[in-house]
Amino acid sequence: MFDFLSEKLQSAFKSLKGKGILTEADVEAALRELRLALLEADVSLSAIKHLTANVRQLATGEKVLSGINPGEQVTKIVYDQIVELLGTEEPELTFPAPLTVILMVGLQGSGKTTSSAKIAQYCVDKYGRKPVMASLDVYRPAAIAQLEELGKRLDIPTLSSTSTSPQERTKQALSFAKESGANLLILDTAGRTDLNEELMEELKDIHKLSVPHHVILCADAQAGHSAVDVAEAFKKTIPVSGLVLTRVDGDARGGAALSMRHVTGVPILFLGVGEAVGRGNANKIEPFRPHGLAGRILGQGDVLSLVEKVQAASSEEDNAALEKKMMSGKELDFNDISKQLKMMQRMGGMGNMLGLLPGMGALKGKLEGKMDDKMLARQQAVISSMTPKERKNPKLLNAKRRMRIAKGCGLQVADVNKLVKMQEGLNQMTKMLRKGGLSALTGAMGKGGGFPKF
Amino acid sequence: MSFWKRLTGGLGKTAQTVESGLRAALGLSGTMDAETREAVEEVLLKADVGVRVATALVSELAKKLPSPFTEDQLKAVLAGLIEARLKVLEAPAPLLRESLTVVAMVGVNGSGKTTTLGKMAAQWQAAGKRVLAAAGDTFRAGATEQVSVWAERAGADLVDAGGDAAAVAYAAVKKGMNEAYDVVLIDTAGRLPNRADLMAELGKIRRVVAKLLPEAPHHTLLVLDGTQGQAVLRQVEAFGAEAGVDGLIVTKLDSSAKAGFLLALAALETPLPVYYLGIGEGVDDLGNFEAAAFARSLVGLSEA
Repeated sequence: MFDFLSEKLQSAFKSLKGKGILTEADVEAALRELRLALLEADVSLSAIKHLTANVRQLATGEKVLSGINPGEQVTKIVYDQIVELLGTEEPELTFPAPLTVILMVGLQGSGKTTSSAKIAQYCVDKYGRKPVMASLDVYRPAAIAQLEELGKRLDIPTLSSTSTSPQERTKQALSFAKESGANLLILDTAGRTDLNEELMEELKDIHKLSVPHHVILCADAQAGHSAVDVAEAFKKTIPVSGLVLTRVDGDARGGAALSMRHVTGVPILFLGVGEAVGRGNANKIEPFRPHGLAGRILGQGDVLSLVEKVQAASSEEDNAALEKKMMSGKELDFNDISKQLKMMQRMGGMGNMLGLLPGMGALKGKLEGKMDDKMLARQQAVISSMTPKERKNPKLLNAKRRMRIAKGCGLQVADVNKLVKMQEGLNQMTKMLRKGGLSALTGAMGKGGGFPKF
Repeated sequence: MSFWKRLTGGLGKTAQTVESGLRAALGLSGTMDAETREAVEEVLLKADVGVRVATALVSELAKKLPSPFTEDQLKAVLAGLIEARLKVLEAPAPLLRESLTVVAMVGVNGSGKTTTLGKMAAQWQAAGKRVLAAAGDTFRAGATEQVSVWAERAGADLVDAGGDAAAVAYAAVKKGMNEAYDVVLIDTAGRLPNRADLMAELGKIRRVVAKLLPEAPHHTLLVLDGTQGQAVLRQVEAFGAEAGVDGLIVTKLDSSAKAGFLLALAALETPLPVYYLGIGEGVDDLGNFEAAAFARSLVGLSEA
């Protein structure tokens, strides 16, 4: 996520780190690089000016430049300023009425329909809401069918109507929601450009008829400088109250993310992080956290998101049982590893997780391709072709058994060996954890321990 | 209304911001001093031309402009510089061959692949060609229905046989060969450039189709969303390498978007030609790319 910007920013501040004394010239040089990095990342000019001016003012004071670790301090200032651009608050969706209405708007192809379904399901999972959805898009062929199909997949009812008037459909959607006893109605609208006056008028009508509690604008994270103009145009037409940034999982450069909140003053509510619409972690949408995103951009990780993912992917009992086992000094067997692998898969794979860990950003690039999710599936296959006894007692695995297992899962003996090594490595790590805590462990990992390549 | 008039309508807003920006820049001194340079550079950056091109254009402007210069001179010289850079993007020859032409449409999600495919099918059908559309987006909900509505509108036939994208493409090309179609248009699912697995899938479609017709697909067109910024550079790189893209289409130019990134794409080592520009959701909202007209409308000059 935003790897491009992340790399550029980290290299801009690399020269500052480790320097005992910083001069104003050092800061100016870093600021020039910062400006260039932000420009190349499609950040809007007004946001860049705001950011660089603030950083300059805060960073060139005597206290910083002659203080301890001035480089670190400047980086901290940049981090804080990025958070400020992204919005310091962490807004949550509210449900102020017996039937809360959310109106989804945006340009063509910005991801409205997919986001509508994701948000509906998110409100089921997180808030126990009972949503229905309705498409008001009578222009794009099969737009209505698309929402219907997503609704079917998620068991969320959708408006079924043959009306070709968006206004009429809005009215029908409201009665449909009431009749079906829903407490949340999500209205998906047709994509429209900011210059299409006719469709903007139509949007005003829809807004008047539906009186939505939230108007959410979908914006593609790959958007260029016109993104903020478009957002402003929508805001002028109807009161936009929140943003969803979509396709953040691509290698978008992050410009829209850094500009939108600053220019429009409207908070970012969600990040769309994949095409999949589903339940729990299979639903590729994340609540937006400015600190988390700033951390990811500056390569400092996003531990909160990681914790949330782990929580969603694992059951409390599983975790408690595993912890007990680890602390008791008992060896972790292949049943435990299999459980962990499944959890990792549910969490979106290794690459995804590594990006959230502090200091792992740079490592992630190196590991990508080597530690893909196929690897997890392969390891799972190796475990599946063991006998229950072997899974419980890894010591049983002599050469003959390993050959049989390799044949059973269509892999090489070397693959089986690697998994055994991983199991041994894990047990060594837990031993260290018991003895010396996390610092002993990370030290060992830095020396080349950890997961073997598969 | 001519296509270019309507494009200018879309680029009009761009042109206005560019124009008012340029006028403001001019108001500073009428010479290329540091302040004016910065102001012109900002105007260009806001049009998404990218840092490198903006810097280069400003230096070239400074060399070419008399001192002091007028607004008209500034616009004309700038349009000329932009045109010269964009010239390499003009399509060398029409897409269709004498015999069956297979065209695959690729791009990121929501860039406008299916809509553009629909418009192309309609235009070719109207020109007397027999078009067969292949519903190769087997992933997104409602994608097949969307192509099928477009095919019906255009009077084109449709292949939506089950299986994966490569199977659909194979079936379509086979039908196209057996039943003497002029064009097979293959729609594909949207994919982001960092998804190596999905990029490989595009390679598979190409290989499968080439088994039937060795030089097919004759064209693989990357559909770029005109409202995007420098992110398109990465798309061109990724799709170019994996999908064998040989041409571009830029969509959504009826918004306030500028598609100034075409200047950055023109500066690449091997620039890809732009076959079409999209300016709306209607059948006729698709036109050819001409460097001169595009450059003039970008800086707020009327059609030459």
